[in-house]
Amino acid sequence: MTRRHLLSTADLSADDATLILDTAAELARLADRPIKKLPTLRGRTVVNLFLEDSTRTRISFETAAKRLSADVINFSAKGSSVSKGESLKDTALTLEAMGADAVVVRHWASGGAHRLAHAGWIRGTVVNAGDGTHEHPTQALLDAYTLRSRLGSLDGRRVAVVGDVLHSRVARSNVHLLATLGAEVTLVAPPTLMPFAVETWPCAYSYELDPVLPKVDAVMMLRVQRERMNQAYFPTEREYARRYGVHAERMAALPEHAVVMHPGPMNRGLEISAEVADSARSTVTEQVANGVSVRMAVLYLLLGGSEPAIGTENEAGGTQPGATQAGATQPGGTQEGGAAR
Amino acid sequence: MTDVSTTSGARPGGGPGPGGPTGPMRAVLDAAAVQRALTRIAHEILERTQGADDAVLLGIPTRGAHLAARLGAQIAAVEGLELPVGTLDVTMYRDDLRLRPARALGRTEIPAGGVDGRLVVLVDDVLFSGRTIRAALDALGDIGRPRAVQLAVLVDRGHRELPIRADYVGKNLPTAQRETVQVRLAETDGQDAVLLGVKEGAR
Repeated sequence: MTRRHLLSTADLSADDATLILDTAAELARLADRPIKKLPTLRGRTVVNLFLEDSTRTRISFETAAKRLSADVINFSAKGSSVSKGESLKDTALTLEAMGADAVVVRHWASGGAHRLAHAGWIRGTVVNAGDGTHEHPTQALLDAYTLRSRLGSLDGRRVAVVGDVLHSRVARSNVHLLATLGAEVTLVAPPTLMPFAVETWPCAYSYELDPVLPKVDAVMMLRVQRERMNQAYFPTEREYARRYGVHAERMAALPEHAVVMHPGPMNRGLEISAEVADSARSTVTEQVANGVSVRMAVLYLLLGGSEPAIGTENEAGGTQPGATQAGATQPGGTQEGGAAR
Repeated sequence: MTDVSTTSGARPGGGPGPGGPTGPMRAVLDAAAVQRALTRIAHEILERTQGADDAVLLGIPTRGAHLAARLGAQIAAVEGLELPVGTLDVTMYRDDLRLRPARALGRTEIPAGGVDGRLVVLVDDVLFSGRTIRAALDALGDIGRPRAVQLAVLVDRGHRELPIRADYVGKNLPTAQRETVQVRLAETDGQDAVLLGVKEGAR
């Protein structure tokens, strides 16, 4: 029997990723129809298990599952027994007892989704909706979808990922996925926010933003994750904004066709100025809209058939965290949601 | 279309495509015969719908979509009437989704005028169990409310499992269950033909 999870973009082959993006492109057309619903997952139960705050990811997954006619149960830390101290295991066993076919999980610890998928607590599919500072695969997929629809193809395209790379699961997922799809990624961050062993990642890196800008097709800004910052990573916000923020002047240095992306929520005035965020080059709201189509594609490909069409892992040879996920985080361990080092 | 061997784009681990594990195939219709059948269907559509002025042709991907485009071109050549032609993917509405791995989706392209109040002619390559057409009727119901729905197929091979019939048939082909019918079209396979063979493993 094959298991079916989406835990990391490192597990996706180029064919898998392309299938997801192509499927999403067809499903996006549903948004123009009077009845925005397909019967495909009727009778299946999808649980949104959100143990860390989220607006757009949870709403996006909920919309995606409902458009495929699945039953959706929303479960968040606040207002559940998790706030009384119930463990992930007991929560998972409860979900299993209720017959969840899929669990979309956001967890504050890196490796939370992996633990849920491989601990033997539940039989259903696990979709990682963000685990600590590790991965956020559907965000990377929707970013790739947005890039593909704006730029045509990702092969040979140059993408700069700028900002708080250290704490960013979005950056980790994007580096793997974009490399798989043939794009050249350059990480840009101050030395204090550049992950340990970044030279082993399938990308280039730089501590300076300005020399990188004229050469890229897209620049992806990362949110400065104040809630994960337990020490002084940069002297002042003004200095960070001046060196690593994108504002009108920097936007002018970009090639004519280049786009500015941000996974949200934005710190306007810090990593991205309001002028840039609201410009025609910004894909921020487009990314949100594309998120629903991409998550529909993921749920359909994992749950729609007799066996998953993507992200297959063998029962025996499950992906070993360390083997494929070269990064600063230790996916198997569960650090207190803080910095990875 | 329920015959796996005619379902193109089935992936991954889907049914065998043309040239898959089937025995030797015998041509039942050659390119000229396929062309003649389509010409006749085009004329029949015009005749039965008294000029087809409110008709919309919707092909079921992959091969049904090509056939719909050809029928539209034929009708334009005969009557000078440009019918709206579109495609209707039924994958998400199939009743056998959970029997096979999730499949890649085809394209649904509804013409600008929509289907409300119009005569929709569904077009497919092979009519077999009727389950694809059942799925197509469900899919159509989510898009609009046609005045009427008709069905045109290139080959009707029998073995219906649902109360569904075709209004326009290119060729009635009596077959056994263990046989397999493949439609090949120039657009996807290089040349037009309808082939009949025996499924591997069936005796």
